[in-house]
This record gives sequence, structure tokens and C-alpha cells, in this order.
Amino acid sequence: MSLVVETYPTAAEAARALASGEALYLAGGTLVMRAVNAGEAPRRIVRTTDRSLREIALAGETVRIGAGVTIAEVVASRELAFLHVPAQQVGGPQLRAMGTVGGNLFAPHPYGDLAVALLALGARVTMAGQGGTRPLSDLLRDRARAGLVAQIDCPRPRDRRAFGFLKVSRVHPRGASVIAIAAYLPREGGRIRGARVAYGGMGPAPLQAAAVERALEGQALDHATIARAVEVATQGIDPPTCPIASAWYRREVAGVHLRRLLQSMERS
Amino acid sequence: MVMKPVALTLNGSFRAAFTAPGQNLLDLLRRGLGDLTPKYGCGQGGCGACTVLVDGEPHLACLVLAEAVDGRNVETVAGMSGATPHPLQEAFMAHFAAQCGYCTPGFLMAAKALLARNPRPTREDVVEAISGNLCRCTGYEPIIEAILSVAHGSARA
Repeated sequence: MSLVVETYPTAAEAARALASGEALYLAGGTLVMRAVNAGEAPRRIVRTTDRSLREIALAGETVRIGAGVTIAEVVASRELAFLHVPAQQVGGPQLRAMGTVGGNLFAPHPYGDLAVALLALGARVTMAGQGGTRPLSDLLRDRARAGLVAQIDCPRPRDRRAFGFLKVSRVHPRGASVIAIAAYLPREGGRIRGARVAYGGMGPAPLQAAAVERALEGQALDHATIARAVEVATQGIDPPTCPIASAWYRREVAGVHLRRLLQSMERS
Repeated sequence: MVMKPVALTLNGSFRAAFTAPGQNLLDLLRRGLGDLTPKYGCGQGGCGACTVLVDGEPHLACLVLAEAVDGRNVETVAGMSGATPHPLQEAFMAHFAAQCGYCTPGFLMAAKALLARNPRPTREDVVEAISGNLCRCTGYEPIIEAILSVAHGSARA
């Protein structure tokens, strides 16, 4: 099978090429080159040399991250300090130097730890060649043929202690997630306002734990609230079985790890 | 099949070659440019045996599109030693950090990248730096000791 690699100078042109037929977009290569090496990639590979995808820019309380920014660049960025904990836990140094933020949004289960954090923070995405932004949660619900993400707009947490992230893996220091949990719990007058909790490894893509968010919303983050949140940790969630962990195991331990994360945020 | 020209700096020398569509950097280095030091392990990014430096950063050569390194600086173990082995290579020998040796080039490049960025790493930093590399012989301990010995100046002791 002979492959065609199409390289475009701008992201908009690459997006048009991507939409014109069966093709995969190549960014850092950690997902797509795997498929190429295994002979599982479609015949057309699309890429771009557009430098604008490599930029990190502050815009008020939001930071705009180019989809082509690597995970290692996130770790090295002062503006993105709030993402250092999840970013540092992605892969090993090689994968972080290659893999991109945009690619992480499309990583299949059980990968995509950074996307879990971005989902909890309420990030929005801009598609290349299109105006306006859409919630990351929309994109994650249907990633197939979604198009080309150009930028990710992520609100910066006003209080860093309002954001927590926990990744659980069986291989240390760098294994794939049994479960990853990100929680953004901003507080006003001691009450949680705008609770967002996201899971990785608990579905085909990162997803929000709506029942947990409801249990936390409007409450003080204390022992009783945490207990109520843990009770509904897997409500409405149907975790997959994969070589990392079974669905049963994920369901059993989700509440334990959610409790640990929320308790650590309660103490901070 | 349309071949594309690629020109890169490989271990300080200017090199040019043609790449096939979808060819990875590991294949280009080994078959196109005759540098057999990076190894093919899994082809999936799981083992780190193909680790090379691209512009100083550790990359998995099997997952890098060869044509994407046009104009970039690639380093492999072939460029590590001059008249004498590199201190890291000396330390790997002194600490028995290689047994079958297949993973060794990947570990050496990961270690080189670490020491370039952080000349005085802690043990934790070393473990982190080699977390993308698998070794099925040594149990990692001799590798960690070898890298630490270079960082802390006891390599030749």
C-alpha cells in the first residue's frame, strides 16, 4: 500500500485537505506514526508547517495554546504552570517532546491525560479554517472526523488551589491511566461555584462526571460533601475493560481515588 | 511512489537522502544513511530503543516522519565518542549497565539529553529521564548508577 503525505503551509489548507476525504492528520507522530508503522493508517496523511500552531498566548484570564505545542513545551511554559502536574505525567520524556496538546485531545483510551485536565478547566477549541470556538466537551463526545483543532483556549484558574489532578497507573513512574481525575472547584464565600470534574480512562474519551459535579455544586468542600460526591463517583459512567484494568476494577477504585483527590484539595 | 529529498545535520555532518512517503526517521537513519546505532524495538513508541536527539530533545525515531527532520539537527550514539568513549559510555561499562546491549543506545541518548539540560540530576530526575526506555536485562539499577556517576564526577573512579 503506498502512502501519500500532503504537507500544507497553513492550518486552514490542511483542514480543507483533511475534510476532502479519508485522511489522518499528523502532528507529533506518537499516535499516527504508530498506525503508519503498523500498516493501519489510511492512504492519505495530512500535515502542516504552520508556525501559528506552535504559539502560546495570554489573553486576559484565558491562555490560548496552539494545537501543535508539545507536552514538553507545556511543562516548560510559565504561563501554563497550572497544567504542569498533568503534563508531567504524560508518557516519558520522548513522548512529551513529540506529542502535542492538540493530539492529546484525540488520543484513544486510556491515553489523553492532559485532555482530562483541559476538560475540567472548561477549555474551548477553535477549529482550523472556521470562526468561533466550541466547548472541548463537544469535541470529545464525537472525535471522529471532527476536523483540525487549531487552538485550545483554556481559562486560567484564579486560585491555583481550586484545581486538582490525580493520575493512577500501575506502572511507575510512567504507565497508562487506570483512571485520571481532574477537578476544578472554584469557591466563593466558602462554597463551590461552577464545579467541574473530569475522568480519563473511564470511557472511550475523557468525560465529565456530572453526578459528582452536582454533588459538589454550592457546597463547602468538607468531609460530608466529599462523602456524597464519592457515593455517585461512577453514576452514569460505563468504564471500559482494557489490558490496563477491567471495567469492574475501574468502577471499584474510582471512588477511592476521587476521595483522595478531593481530600487533598480540601487540605490545600 | 514519490520520493522526497531531506537534508539534515547528523552528528555534526551535513547529510542528504531521499525518503519514501511515510518512512520513519529510524528507517532513514539505518537503511538510508547507514547509522545502525539506533535500534528498532517495537515500532510503537513503547520501548525507547530508537531514541535519538532532534535539536537536542530526545525523540523516538520510529515515530518521527523522516521528511519532517529536513533542516534539523539529529544526534545518535554514532556521534557520541571521539578517540575515546564518551563518559556515559565509560560509565555504562564500569557499572555493567549493559547486558544484551540492545536498549543501550536509547538509554545513552536519553541520559545525554538529561545531562545537557540538568548536569546535576537527582536519582529521581534520572529515573524520570529514562522512564521512556525499557531494559529487560539489568533491572535498571546499574543504568541509574552509571548515569549518576557521570553527573557526580565519579565516572572514572
